[in-house]
Amino acid sequence: MPKKLPPVDVVMVGFGWTAAILGQELTDAGLKVLALERGGWRDTSTDFAVSFVQDELRYYYRRELFEEPARETLTFRNNPSETALPMRHLGSFLPATGVGGAGIHWNGQTWRFLPSDFLARSHNEQRYGPLPADMTVQDWGVTYEELEPYYDKFEYLCGISGKAGNLQGKIQPGGNPFEGPRARDYPNPPLDMVYGPTLFEAAAKETGHHPFPCPAANMSRPYTNPLGVQLAPCSYCGFCEKFGCGNYSKSSAQTTILPVLMRKKNFELRTESEVLRVLHDPRARRATGVAYIDTQGEEYEQPAEMVIMCAYATHNPHLLMLSAIGTQYDARTGQGTLGKNYAYQIVSGVDVFFDDKILNPFVGAGALGIGIDNYNGDNFDHSGLGFIGGGYIACWDTNGRPIGFHPTPKGTPKWGSEWKKAVAKNYLTTATISTHGSVMSHRNNYLDLDPTYRDIHGRPLMRMTFDYTDNEHKMSDYLTDRAAEIGKAMKPREIHAKKRKGHYDIVPYQTTHNTGGTIMGADPKTSVVNRYLQHWDVDNLFVMGACVFPQNAGYNPTGTVGALTYWAAEAIKTKYLKNPGPLVQA
Amino acid sequence: MTDSKLNRRQILSVGVLVGSTVALDGAHARSISGEVPWQPAQADAPTIVTPGPLQFFSPAEKDFIDAAISRLIPKDDLGPGAKEADVTVFLDRQMAGPYGKGAHWYMQGPWKKGEKTQGYQSRLSPAEMYRAAIKAIDAHCKEKFAGKPFAQLDQGQQDQLLHGLEKGEIELKGADGKTFFKLLLQNTVEGFFSDPIHGGNRDMVGWKLIGFPGARYDYRPYVKMHGKKLNLPPVGIKGRPDWTPS
Repeated sequence: MPKKLPPVDVVMVGFGWTAAILGQELTDAGLKVLALERGGWRDTSTDFAVSFVQDELRYYYRRELFEEPARETLTFRNNPSETALPMRHLGSFLPATGVGGAGIHWNGQTWRFLPSDFLARSHNEQRYGPLPADMTVQDWGVTYEELEPYYDKFEYLCGISGKAGNLQGKIQPGGNPFEGPRARDYPNPPLDMVYGPTLFEAAAKETGHHPFPCPAANMSRPYTNPLGVQLAPCSYCGFCEKFGCGNYSKSSAQTTILPVLMRKKNFELRTESEVLRVLHDPRARRATGVAYIDTQGEEYEQPAEMVIMCAYATHNPHLLMLSAIGTQYDARTGQGTLGKNYAYQIVSGVDVFFDDKILNPFVGAGALGIGIDNYNGDNFDHSGLGFIGGGYIACWDTNGRPIGFHPTPKGTPKWGSEWKKAVAKNYLTTATISTHGSVMSHRNNYLDLDPTYRDIHGRPLMRMTFDYTDNEHKMSDYLTDRAAEIGKAMKPREIHAKKRKGHYDIVPYQTTHNTGGTIMGADPKTSVVNRYLQHWDVDNLFVMGACVFPQNAGYNPTGTVGALTYWAAEAIKTKYLKNPGPLVQA
Repeated sequence: MTDSKLNRRQILSVGVLVGSTVALDGAHARSISGEVPWQPAQADAPTIVTPGPLQFFSPAEKDFIDAAISRLIPKDDLGPGAKEADVTVFLDRQMAGPYGKGAHWYMQGPWKKGEKTQGYQSRLSPAEMYRAAIKAIDAHCKEKFAGKPFAQLDQGQQDQLLHGLEKGEIELKGADGKTFFKLLLQNTVEGFFSDPIHGGNRDMVGWKLIGFPGARYDYRPYVKMHGKKLNLPPVGIKGRPDWTPS
């Protein structure tokens, strides 16, 4: 028998970015809030100390900060006719376990989505006519204008370094002229720029583009955020993504919220506590709490007035499936919503090899770079191109960590003396241009429960069915061609444009930008949660994270995840607590 | 004004453990409330590989590894190769540890070959894969080259065999040569370029080869030195070799 615990007002599943934000907001509103985290406590000085954190093997290649597939993974196949097999080790994406979640090991690339991204169906259909029948793209049910104050709040919480491109409708020189209007500039100026991105900047200008410093959650100067928490200037050590920052220079729950939240008496965190399912009444109309398990296999029932799903984007849909909340999406009929519209990112790169330019790639930071947004979203005319969507093109200098970064020209053998010579020759003198493309949702890209494989608790694994469609390949090729043009304008010895060919592959690391599965929208027939991230069927259940994106835009997701969390927190505080019930009538 | 708020919070916090970090009643989980937990002198420090006898590879396996990694990253005009960088020790410790055992991998059946896009689907852990593949490669070599194992072939023959494995052209008994080759090459590069605390990259020869200054903490003085070769001597997590008095 599970042990029944005293009730709380709010129980949150998982304790990363979204739970930290909600914990702070909802305890401020006077609620008693409990977070359940399956992993352990982690903090900067003890777990990410500068004396040992710069260890490429331990943290990236031996996956120290990430979730263990031995405990939980998913199965994967490219299309419904294949048999899904387990992802036996991590590769394509890197969910975390432990306090702070994946917000510990991110790079800090913190973007806003475009106003038109939130209207992906209506905007594109209005401009280009009907979308293909199998493209299940939807509007979000929330607009950029509504989210703007919450983007602002997240950016100021984090201390984002950047340069505004559109201040209240007025285009600002040096910023991103394509961004939606913002009320005020970023809280911190852009980071100092290393050599490679400045070469890209000059070439981008010369080829008629509008380069700008990319927005970064790496501090360009000391910063005290609105909660009074201090961050330190980034030291450009080049160990951001896949690592915790030892220097308090990268925004995370630990460096922006936890010093305040953890001291509150109406907040409690339980670590080593893994939620197994959401508990509910027999009709699955009201959540009554969660069931969780500790490290000895002891089970607990935690009653709560509200349940908020704050786990990683692949886990929230999985937990709802295991809890039998909502209607599973069926790709054959198109009916059902849970698991629908899983999407991802499509990325490619162009290596730019110089003979005479020393770039020192190891002087880097996770979001240090120059980008252009000319080919993102609907910032360009897609007439006759055969695709919708787009992405940014950027020359990042995130790192020069040598296991992962040792570029060689096309045609170089993968080992032997020739390889060694090419690695030695090109390490200091190669820049990389990345393209970062959107993925539109498609009828056959979805999540459901696997019929065969189980996790350590005996629960079915989630099954991911996903492949890139013609739309994504055409779009990514288009971006890669543009990136190659800019690469050539940098006047290098040679370039190597690596187009993203073939099926989606779960093995090589691409991005930890998994989206969809519990999507938001205006209609309960086509979405899982309403515009306030409240479950359509269960009004005391809310779902956070990129799993609510109806499709993925051409930007990193964290900025939008943060904005949506603040937006939902505001709705809970100002609307739901006053009058608990559906915030949108179905 | 503030009193009523405070009272509400106090009422709410009944049942919450205040200012304490203890296990729930009888539970194997940890409750944290009212504080940021902090233990002095506690840090998640790395495990450092110590020299000494091999822990995983047999003498015959060591000979194979020494020979194979000498072809993957050879000693040449540019300097030491993988063997000279102690990558054999690195691989040995990796195979003896949690990585070799596949401790973090999902290793439950059923087992199917799968599509290339579905990734590693062998039921062998990395260490089991090494053991099975080395045995199978040596058996293959002995059959083809008058009883000689891989380590005793000449360099041209070794390269030819490694190319055959890389391309999946050599059928081995009891192991998938292509999967093993991919793993061996990846692990060799890891050993050559990782911090010396893991047993390879001896004297930071991998880092010196390319000009990577290692685990440095602060590059702010160099950000704006565009185009300048910095020539910073590499530093590892345990410092620099010349910092340790001999």
